[in-house]
Amino acid sequence: MYKANIYVTLKEGVLDPQGEAVKKSLHVLNYQGVSEVRIGKFVEVWLEAADQETARAELMEMSDKLLANPVIENFRVEMVEV
Amino acid sequence: MKFGVVVFPGSNCDADCYHVIKEVLGQEVDYIWHKQTSVAGYDALILPGGFSYGDYLRTGAIARFSPIMPAVIEFAGQGGLIIGICNGFQILLEAGLLPGAMLRNSSLKFICDTVHLKVRRDDTAFSQLLKQDEVIDIPIAHGEGNYYCDPETLEELKRENRILFTYCGSDGEEDHAFNPNGSVANIAGIINKQGNVLGMMPHPERCSEPILGGMHGRKIFASMLQFMQGVKC
Repeated sequence: MYKANIYVTLKEGVLDPQGEAVKKSLHVLNYQGVSEVRIGKFVEVWLEAADQETARAELMEMSDKLLANPVIENFRVEMVEV
Repeated sequence: MKFGVVVFPGSNCDADCYHVIKEVLGQEVDYIWHKQTSVAGYDALILPGGFSYGDYLRTGAIARFSPIMPAVIEFAGQGGLIIGICNGFQILLEAGLLPGAMLRNSSLKFICDTVHLKVRRDDTAFSQLLKQDEVIDIPIAHGEGNYYCDPETLEELKRENRILFTYCGSDGEEDHAFNPNGSVANIAGIINKQGNVLGMMPHPERCSEPILGGMHGRKIFASMLQFMQGVKC
């Protein structure tokens, strides 16, 4: 069994209205050092696979196909055997 | 002509679309449940608005893999007319039938309003009963209608004249002040290269009868009908 942490983030240049609003709120809370906030998604996936390579290949495929939208998002897959 | 309204779990404008086709245009229409796998026998498809799969993950992301979608994609490839409205537009984007993606409205608010749209072309299957540069009034209702595409795609859309509707002022000014959601280039609706697939955020089915305060939406459905009748004759 493998456990993956998949980080989905907005591509550079794609406006993040949510991140902007949170940044403003942090400024209101007096965290004046905050210059940028970008909000993404964190997806945990547990899966069975024949070996590590197969698991990674499947995770990359599912991220590209469904978990992230490559038009606006990047993703990064971290994986450990559990 | 026979229309099909594709119904996903969470669609909520399906009955409005069905009503317009049946009662306003007087055409044949069926609901097509998303678990069906064929669209044989239909002349045109409508992907209605709503919140398919609760907008989980991303709007349209899960609906895009519904069992009906391979048939919808094949239908598009064969030149069949498809209109995706609101969530239907989002599904078409996720399915790759139209380019780009939807982001959260720049205001972060769900917007329910009536807006002005500029008709950029009157020579498409969806707009032949409208007039070029005409301003039409049409309701919007969305939280994620902030159309995004990269600069190259935007160039391509412009070059190929595929931006059909833009948000504008009452005199047709395509100014940022009249952009309700932050969409690039005030885009409200685009068509594919072949011109047989339209995605639009505003709801033509909500302004197709006088009792609802407007008739501009009817012209979009009636254009589709006229286009298909012209092809069949």
